[in-house]
Amino acid sequence: MSSVVTAEKRKVADYKGDERPTWCPGCGDFGVLNAVFKALSDHDFDPKNVIVVSGIGCSSRLPFFTNAYGFHTVHGRAMPVAAGIRAVQPDMPVLAMGGDGDAFAIGVGHLVHAIRRNLNICYVVMDNAVYGLTKGQTSPTAERGLATKATPQGASDPAVNPLLLALATGCTFVARGFSSKPKELADLIARGIAHPGFAFIDTYSPCPTFNTVNTFKYYRDATEDLPDDFDPSDFSNALHYAASEDPLYLGLYYQNAEQPTFEDHIKNNKPEATSDAMTVVEDLFDQMS
Amino acid sequence: MTRNDLVIRVAGEAGEGIVSTGQLLTQAALRGGFHVLTYSQPPSEIKGGHAFFQIRLNAYRAYSKGDSVDILLAFNQEAYDRNAAETKDDGLLVYDPSEVTPSADSHFVQVEFPLNDIAKNQLKFPIAKNVVAVGALAELFDLPTKHLDSLIEEKWLRKGEAVVQKNLDALRAGIDYVIEHVPQRDRFALYPEKSHAGEIMVSGSEAIGLGAVAAGCSFMAGYPITPASDIKEFLEIHLPKTGGHALQAEDELAAIGMVLGASYAGAKAMTATSGPGFSLMIEMLGLAAMAELPCVIVDAQRAGPSTGMPTRHEQGDLYQAAFAGHGECPRIVLAPTSVRDCFYQTVNAFNLAEKYQTPVILLGDTLLNVRSESIPRPNLNEVKVVDRLLFSENGNGAASEVGTMNGEYNRYVLTDDGVSPMSIPGQEGGQYIATGLEHNEEGLHRYDEATHTIMTQKRFRKLERASLEAPEGDRFGDPEAEIGILTWGSTVGSVIEVIRQAEEDGLKLDMLAPRMLMPLPDHEIRPFIESKRVVIIPEVNYVGQFANMITSQYPREYVRINIFGGMPFRVDWLLEKIREEVAQHV
Repeated sequence: MSSVVTAEKRKVADYKGDERPTWCPGCGDFGVLNAVFKALSDHDFDPKNVIVVSGIGCSSRLPFFTNAYGFHTVHGRAMPVAAGIRAVQPDMPVLAMGGDGDAFAIGVGHLVHAIRRNLNICYVVMDNAVYGLTKGQTSPTAERGLATKATPQGASDPAVNPLLLALATGCTFVARGFSSKPKELADLIARGIAHPGFAFIDTYSPCPTFNTVNTFKYYRDATEDLPDDFDPSDFSNALHYAASEDPLYLGLYYQNAEQPTFEDHIKNNKPEATSDAMTVVEDLFDQMS
Repeated sequence: MTRNDLVIRVAGEAGEGIVSTGQLLTQAALRGGFHVLTYSQPPSEIKGGHAFFQIRLNAYRAYSKGDSVDILLAFNQEAYDRNAAETKDDGLLVYDPSEVTPSADSHFVQVEFPLNDIAKNQLKFPIAKNVVAVGALAELFDLPTKHLDSLIEEKWLRKGEAVVQKNLDALRAGIDYVIEHVPQRDRFALYPEKSHAGEIMVSGSEAIGLGAVAAGCSFMAGYPITPASDIKEFLEIHLPKTGGHALQAEDELAAIGMVLGASYAGAKAMTATSGPGFSLMIEMLGLAAMAELPCVIVDAQRAGPSTGMPTRHEQGDLYQAAFAGHGECPRIVLAPTSVRDCFYQTVNAFNLAEKYQTPVILLGDTLLNVRSESIPRPNLNEVKVVDRLLFSENGNGAASEVGTMNGEYNRYVLTDDGVSPMSIPGQEGGQYIATGLEHNEEGLHRYDEATHTIMTQKRFRKLERASLEAPEGDRFGDPEAEIGILTWGSTVGSVIEVIRQAEEDGLKLDMLAPRMLMPLPDHEIRPFIESKRVVIIPEVNYVGQFANMITSQYPREYVRINIFGGMPFRVDWLLEKIREEVAQHV
């Protein structure tokens, strides 16, 4: 996994990890992985300075396929782990990757708070409405009634709308991508990384093995780019478009780069001059005597 | 006979200034050269409710809260009703007659003390009631007034000379009242035999916070929970001074997640919680063990399962600390034995976590975390701080030779002691994936039999080494005694006092309290057990968690003594119990 340091700008191949992806042929996650490589190379990041954090699930294996520092955490907990990393390494870009089960079922509590904190990371959710690693149960983004091999009775509850969830909790960068549009997706990810705050990119990434309804074709037919004159600074308009079920829009819905971040708070909480630990402890001893 | 020990309890409605009265008196007594040990019982209800603050003064050094009360100051009727039974027969009851009517058959010396009247009508300064009380109590044990005068000046100087003077007047009013109205007050007089001047007054939670800062901790995440919140609040204020940060997460799952993220990113990191929160952290305790990330988890135990009794005491989480988690999840468990020890064991917890890249659980409890005590000021020059072994990209030093295979860095390279050099994001060539999946030396997930076997051995090999470096156990008593007491954590305080009292009556006892409870340090436990005719294991839980761990590793007959009502051992009760057991077994 040695990084390539050259005078030239880094190439997509420089971000490829040693491990070959374990995904099924035709999985949407391949497109997302390529978009990640492209976004990292657009930024020309040195792989030693990039951290990719994930949860558990098919898509969360992505760090293993990437040449960067990585943390494959546990199911649903990528957000707090990313926050801990950012608290300590605020200058290192953190990309969080995972699936819809990770983000909207087991990890939804953490997602809401990562958004509230305006944690300065880019979170790409590879959304396929099913749990692939456990063989095809429906997830919170499955439309009510979606039947799968493991959930033949059909999803019992209405689907979560990830964009409305993110907007309602105060997310400062909300976008939707599609894995079969890797160029646009790479652009969204690159902008998400550059965004000073929490960038949330819900990404349609079809599962060819367990979801026979929400296929590539399904999303090609159902999606449409946001209008050319769409203004992502308009929150009400973002809500309006996010609520649309037909068509499902792709692109950047909302961005507000003016909000203080989690990292700003930590930085501002420190005194200008810090002391070494033993000096601080001696001072406290003095106060306690 | 000169008195060398005195227990004072101030009781009343929460919010009435019980704690501020106690703290002022505590700090003055510390400056007066006493050993001071406090014990408080916060109310269980959110607003109001009965609370007390107890101060034990000792001419030498006390180790437990004190079994019964010498002087009770009752602010209201409930305070009298609830605390009279714990007051000694020859004790002194001080009460405000406008609030309290003592029972007709009360046997204490009783002194009416019209606190409210003095503050309101004589001083025209109703909020000074607590200062009046402090003056009165201090006069009872003959504390030189200069200590209180200077404290009052420090405390109220910011508000101006006039306020200082009003409080000094209040103090004087309390002193004068006692001089005029309390008969035989010289029987409560107490003089420090050994000056404890220069000691510091800390709670167990503060000592843990101080230990963390001294050990180089730079990140803490927690979630509010009784009785551990104080640690988070302490570090929120003081960690930024070193450039670190402490924060409140959305729950305990997030708190430990943040800690692991921070540790992965290179920081010494910790969280602090109580049993219910620790239950939630177990998921990522396994991740910490598997990904070999150093971290310190403080579990300030409280009583009972589920929500239990949040403000009460129990040593009920030893099993959870030692065994919780699915699969086989190595970890180190340390248990400090006193407030002073909270400082040192926190430093040790960080040192062991960093050295062995493993989670370390520090078991506090309500008794240790909440009480304040005067302790000798730690000499920081003697505090040894250990940092994790880092991968070195330049090939200088052993680290890189060990960490590199065929020119590539391998995060989990096999070594004799199981410790592999760690890389920190940003280090050239150090890229790896931390994962909870079983993995090979490179850190890539592998499920084959050989990998899981070798890597399980690697992770447990670290613990074998760590047990050899266990912080020395707490010893007290006569090493030649045939009766051994094996115990742990805060129960040590009661046991030390039991041993002292027993010795006065000619009963020789010897105590060992290992400070590392997982893995058990065989080199210190085995010889102790083998050298004793009878081994008694007192602990504050029902099933005898420590006794069961000891029995499974060192099978023989043990005498178990367990209480589980939410309170620590009373010294007189435990001594009696030990006498009975000794009579039966020897």
